[in-house]
Amino acid sequence: MVTLDDLKTPKTNTWCPGCGNFGILMAFKKALIELGLQREDVVLVSGIGCHGKMVNYVNINGFHGIHGRVIPAAQGIKLANPDLTVVGFAGDADQYNEGWGHFAHAMRTNMDMTLIVHDNMVLGLTTGQATSTSQQGFKSKSTPYGVIPPMLNPVAHALISNGSFVARGFSGDMFHLKSLMVEAIRHRGFAVIDVFQPCVSFNYLNTYDWFTQRVYKLEEQGHDPTDKQQALQKALEWGDRIPIGIFYKEERPTYHDSLPHVKGLDLPKLSSKPVDVTASMKEMM
Amino acid sequence: MITNKLSLLVGGEAGAGISRSGQLFAKACLRGGLNVFGTIDYQSLIRGGHNFYTVRAETQQVYCQDDTVDLIIALNKETILLHKDELAKGGAIIYDADQIKITKQELSRDDINLIHVPLRKIAKDLAGPQIMENTVALGAAIALLDYDPQIMNQVLKDAFKPKIAQQNIDATKQGYDYAKQNYKDMFGYKLQKTKTDGKQRIFVAGNEAVALAAISAGCKLYAAYPMTPSTSILHFLASVDREYNMVVLQTETEIAAMNMVAGASYAGVRSMTATSGGGFCLMSEGIGMVGMTETSPVVVLVQRPGPSTGLPTYTAQGDLRFAIHASQGEFPRLVIAPGDVEEAYYLTLDAFNLAEKYQIPAIIISDKYLGESNQTTQIYDQTKTKIDRGQIITDTYAGTEEYMRHKITENGISPRAFPGTKNALVRTNADEHNELGYTTEDPILSTKMADKRFKKLEALTKELQNHATVKLHGPKTAKTTIIGWGSTKGPILEAMKILNKNEDKVNYLQVIYLTPFPTDRIKTILQSAKETVVVENNQTSQLSSLIREHLLVDVDHRILQYDGRPFNPQSLAQRILEVL
Ligand SMILES: Cc1ncc(C[n+]2csc(CCOP(=O)(O)OP(=O)(O)O)c2C)c(N)n1
Ligand code: SF4
Ligand SMILES: [Mg+2]
Repeated sequence: MVTLDDLKTPKTNTWCPGCGNFGILMAFKKALIELGLQREDVVLVSGIGCHGKMVNYVNINGFHGIHGRVIPAAQGIKLANPDLTVVGFAGDADQYNEGWGHFAHAMRTNMDMTLIVHDNMVLGLTTGQATSTSQQGFKSKSTPYGVIPPMLNPVAHALISNGSFVARGFSGDMFHLKSLMVEAIRHRGFAVIDVFQPCVSFNYLNTYDWFTQRVYKLEEQGHDPTDKQQALQKALEWGDRIPIGIFYKEERPTYHDSLPHVKGLDLPKLSSKPVDVTASMKEMM
Repeated sequence: MITNKLSLLVGGEAGAGISRSGQLFAKACLRGGLNVFGTIDYQSLIRGGHNFYTVRAETQQVYCQDDTVDLIIALNKETILLHKDELAKGGAIIYDADQIKITKQELSRDDINLIHVPLRKIAKDLAGPQIMENTVALGAAIALLDYDPQIMNQVLKDAFKPKIAQQNIDATKQGYDYAKQNYKDMFGYKLQKTKTDGKQRIFVAGNEAVALAAISAGCKLYAAYPMTPSTSILHFLASVDREYNMVVLQTETEIAAMNMVAGASYAGVRSMTATSGGGFCLMSEGIGMVGMTETSPVVVLVQRPGPSTGLPTYTAQGDLRFAIHASQGEFPRLVIAPGDVEEAYYLTLDAFNLAEKYQIPAIIISDKYLGESNQTTQIYDQTKTKIDRGQIITDTYAGTEEYMRHKITENGISPRAFPGTKNALVRTNADEHNELGYTTEDPILSTKMADKRFKKLEALTKELQNHATVKLHGPKTAKTTIIGWGSTKGPILEAMKILNKNEDKVNYLQVIYLTPFPTDRIKTILQSAKETVVVENNQTSQLSSLIREHLLVDVDHRILQYDGRPFNPQSLAQRILEVL
């Protein structure tokens, strides 16, 4: 069994004291323990931003890629070795700005992996500019007169893009977040959790208090996560009350289900064996 | 009578099956024991416009198309108007006079034969689709050339499902009979079945050669986004992935493809992507990540003319510097330029091995001309396929210290474990990192890690001494050395033959590895050259600049062409003569 101790790394944590990332980090470690996964069998893929440092703080396999590209790197890993549990950690700018294009496609493709987005509604590591999830009017160094366009709704987008597991968490409720992670990782297919993650240094608007006052749990309100219409309605809810929890969940074939020819094959090992291409050359004669 | 020395051009609108009929004819030549070169010239459109496919077939090895053609199959008038002047004296044009009206003035030549065959009527009478006109014409061509129609019939049988094959066989027969009845013995060119050395040969395009090699080399993931002229690699691999237990997928972007193959490489499978210039721009950041994470996907850059969208379906060598420098920062890489379909196969095998052994990105740089031209070559030797992945820890890591993915070793190469290996946690990082893969910003460690990555170059350079990083073709010494890289090989070889007809005037230095640059070898060879001529399909002679950069010498002459078209051998020989 993995313990919290096993998951510790020698790296000194450099997140600002009180940062919402701590809640996500702890929730993930606890989820790994609860799931009983072996460290060698899990790969953490992270993007670039404060969130990207996750790779330094969890002692499992790690691939710290480039800004916005958590999804395709994770997909490559999963395609190479479907036995691995692949969990991506992206930032809101990372995923919803730079990597936005991959997001919708990952929902359609439905590879069996998990994406956790640290949604602090700000670019943290670059010292506090607005992102696509910053609220309209949000003043930052890059938007001194306030953000002009309305915010982007990742949960609703995930739903209309055919996401098979769409959830939202709050890093201020670590245990709830942990159970979302457990379910997401168990889910067979692409699971996404958008996580409210207060940035105590740059997001003066969406603070712990701001979130705490607003969030409520879908499961406590009798939400039916198999009802997509209801899920969409809930996804559009924003204001004094903001839902967290699982919006929608469905079982549908994963990408690998449509690849019967590689099922059960150890592709990394097969890459060491030359392949005879005579059959193809015959067609060229 | 000229026997077994023929250039045929099939021209018509896009969608008229031009490429297909050119290739069918080429295969019929191949099966008769001839050596064949086939190349397509097409525009970036789906219907209309003008496409043409050139087939050159001879008894001796042919390396490229010729400047002139002997027989034209014209499926539209434009073909006649555009190509009549390329026609050799005594050449012929097969066309349908019911469809194409051409006046004496328009033709403005009386030294060629106009061969009317009622292509449309025959196709209609056979109740076939209009596209069958080209098969009727193929039949007529075979009759004119006095070639064995049975060979073509078999080619058609192998290419199509039985019903369609029979339709096409009937169509060629009608064309054949018509030409035999009306134009018996009037054409001065003949094709004849010839004896070969018995070795099996294939008619293969550069892109297919790369794809075949990838399969041979154990590539298990191919991810790409369509971009001419690289797309036929995707088409080919997608059509055979189930046979070879490969995952082949079209991603949402080239960025996705690049990051995906990098991820796959980290997780232990050989992976590849291909694109052209625009897509390569999008991949650039990912290539740097490969350098930093010491992963090893193979990236194929099939060039077309730029800048920007440029001439999408034509050829160029304008991206050499780009391939060498793509992405920020400094890291070792391989840039390998095959010159023909044989090298495309064997160098791709090498690219997979070297990329993995040295944990660096390998870029295979080719172009439309190589990628989409077919050539006969001996069947690839499967016994030569050796897979060398460097030091790999499989199943369980048994080391006493913690596994370090980026361990600093004497030669800079860290033994690889893949995620899933027991007792090893495999961590890599696009940020500068320590040996364990954790982020670092320490100046001393940063220098050490940068040095570690470049240290690998020493071992790589040493290994490359056993590889043909350059090739010297023709006489060992000659007054003039022609220097080129990539797909100009065919035209240069042919031009050299022309120039050396009476005496050994020139030889030809083909640079195959552009990074690491084979400075010493080039230096040695150039020592015995009095004069140098660089031949390139680009505007600024990028190879010349590399030679100057690495050897501190200027080449004497540059012959450059950047109109999207490959060099033709005779005019290239002429241009070389002019500068000497
Ligand atoms: C291609 C590219 N563009 C820009 C950057 C600079 N950059 C570093 S982190 C970051 C954004 C971070 O915001 P987010 O993804 O929300 O992560 P956070 O820091 O908030 O966790 C940017 C733009 C980069 N590294 N790469
Ligand atoms: S800047 Fe914001 S997101 Fe980054 S570590 Fe500090 S509090 Fe956390
Ligand atoms: Mg952010």
